[in-house]
Amino acid sequence: MSHFPGNSQLSRGGEELEKNQIEFRNVSFRYHDEAPWVLRDVSFKIDADEWVAIIGHNGSGKSTIAKLMNGLLFPQEGEILVSGQKVEPDTIWDVRKQVGMVFQNPDNQFVGTTVRDDVAFGMENHGMPRELMVERIRESLQAVSMTDYERQEPHRLSGGQKQRVAIASVLAVSPKYIILDEATAMLDPKGRKEIMQTIRDVQGARNLSLITITHDLQEVTQADRVIVMNNGEVWMEGTPRDIFSEKDRLIDIGLDTPFISKLADELMNAGLTISREPLNHQELLEELWTLHSTK
Amino acid sequence: MDITFDQVSYVYQPGSPFEHRALQDISFSIQSGSFVAIIGHTGSGKSTLLQHLNGLMQPTSGRVSVGPYDMEAGKKNKRLRELREKVGVVFQYPEHQLFEETVSKDIAFGPENFGVEEQEIQTRITEAVRATGLSEELLERSPFDLSGGQMRRVAISGVLAMNPEVLVLDEPTAGLDPSGQREIMDMFHNLHKEKQLTTVLVTHSMEDALKYADHIIILNNGEMYREGTPLEIFKQKEALEAVQLDVPEVIEFLAKVEEKMNIRLPYEGQSVAELAKDLARMVKGGRDLE
Ligand SMILES: Nc1ncnc2c1ncn2[C@@H]1O[C@H](COP(=O)(O)OP(=O)(O)OP(=O)(O)O)[C@@H](O)[C@H]1O
Ligand SMILES: Nc1ncnc2c1ncn2[C@@H]1O[C@H](COP(=O)(O)OP(=O)(O)OP(=O)(O)O)[C@@H](O)[C@H]1O
Ligand SMILES: [Mg+2]
Ligand SMILES: [Mg+2]
Repeated sequence: MSHFPGNSQLSRGGEELEKNQIEFRNVSFRYHDEAPWVLRDVSFKIDADEWVAIIGHNGSGKSTIAKLMNGLLFPQEGEILVSGQKVEPDTIWDVRKQVGMVFQNPDNQFVGTTVRDDVAFGMENHGMPRELMVERIRESLQAVSMTDYERQEPHRLSGGQKQRVAIASVLAVSPKYIILDEATAMLDPKGRKEIMQTIRDVQGARNLSLITITHDLQEVTQADRVIVMNNGEVWMEGTPRDIFSEKDRLIDIGLDTPFISKLADELMNAGLTISREPLNHQELLEELWTLHSTK
Repeated sequence: MDITFDQVSYVYQPGSPFEHRALQDISFSIQSGSFVAIIGHTGSGKSTLLQHLNGLMQPTSGRVSVGPYDMEAGKKNKRLRELREKVGVVFQYPEHQLFEETVSKDIAFGPENFGVEEQEIQTRITEAVRATGLSEELLERSPFDLSGGQMRRVAISGVLAMNPEVLVLDEPTAGLDPSGQREIMDMFHNLHKEKQLTTVLVTHSMEDALKYADHIIILNNGEMYREGTPLEIFKQKEALEAVQLDVPEVIEFLAKVEEKMNIRLPYEGQSVAELAKDLARMVKGGRDLE
């Protein structure tokens, strides 16, 4: 074996990689024996540093995937690896230290009697030293603009405030993998942008993987990669540009394309040549500018 | 039914260290048969305001009237039951209004409670699940063994099955997939037009406020900030940004086109196809058309 140093390095590289990955291997799942399969032969990998968006129609299996990732559920077939470790009943405590999640309904995850306790709770479980905890509580509540509500009971908050606190709790821990299950659906437009930016900053600074489950197509355009679910199966995986080039096929499976992509289509129908699928305002403006100045 | 708020204030946990004034001196009126959107930042008081519309909350001071029903600070309203029969509320989190053993029982709860006949209830269930795109296979499931978007559809079905005269919707599309968002908002809009349903919608989607409402109310920190037609409101970019809101994407994009290329195409409710036609012509033809 020592004759092939390149190879052994490669395999070590592979292991390194695996250490920072979440992998689904041929996962099938149903909620009980008689129930229909809600995930069928699902396989994918999510790398460190990556922002992956999971999209799909209602009931396509997105939240189920999230719950399998941190061992709230276990698959009947296939396996799930988190940092190379198989998710099983005896590994879930390890797994949950690495995988932090914000649920679709934040009411389902509040444990503390005050906002402050709630943010502290996750960190206590990680055995974080007190001074660091105090600092982190302050930082993360500030990051979601909820400092004034530290002593409030979580269930007495407005819908969007609850989401902010739930996000603060996961930011405070900043686990290796962060899953946000429609965690910003009830924020005001500016709040949503600001909080997504904060999350991305944290992700960048601490090298985390970010997995967002969302129906917000504009948010999806900013992800590195997209997994599209349809009826319990992976329908497509690719960059946002690949995905949104599918157009009508997306509508067929309960999805849609963002405004900017619709406008680009209509501009082409009206006789303009748009050279590539635009993902944001800037890209379409540049195309228009070129056409305008070369007329 | 006409809706009037007359100097309404609402205080949570009065007298405690947590006392919080969520609404401050709010006055407005909504004409019967209109479609009003209420927008505002997180915690601005929208849900608190909505819960006054079916008497779930009583003003701390001031008066709310919904058709012939009055709710006044310090006075007990004896006709709350009647009011709740006529005002259907879809809550911000669907879990807060689901509680029965099965989806079909949940949808039937409202009409049953108000004495609607069994056969009529069955018809209403069928119609409601069709309107919300809920698969009939789910009718005998527990409403808690559903996905988030499916729960949302059950909650909306339950409200539709009451045949309300006023529809109150607190972010009803949160959790729905993109097709569902469009279909269900179109469905509400059609109901509003066909049955003259007075509709009050809380939303964070500026696009929906623009597309469906004929009047917009903006709350800021529990106070009334602006009100007007969508086109009036969405001309005021700075005023919106000052309170955590934004203009709809189409308006934002047209503003950028104007800034970058000096092509002015005002938004007056055109469809994307109509806009594209004009824009294409102006881009190709340059400014000589103006
Ligand atoms: N506790 C449960 N028991 C039985 N079936 C369930 C349960 N939770 C979800 N399901 C079913 O599993 C399927 C997948 O649900 P899941 O919550 O993963 O969907 P989702 O993609 O997150 O949808 P949404 O966009 O509506 O949140 C759905 O058909 C749903 O009805
Ligand atoms: N039960 C409660 N006890 C004390 N304060 C409350 C309670 N419910 C809401 N509040 C406070 O009242 C204010 C208004 O809340 P409300 O739920 O009306 O806001 P909202 O505009 O609906 O916000 P969102 O967009 O986040 O849903 C918030 O600051 C909130 O913290
Ligand atoms: Mg879900
Ligand atoms: Mg609210």
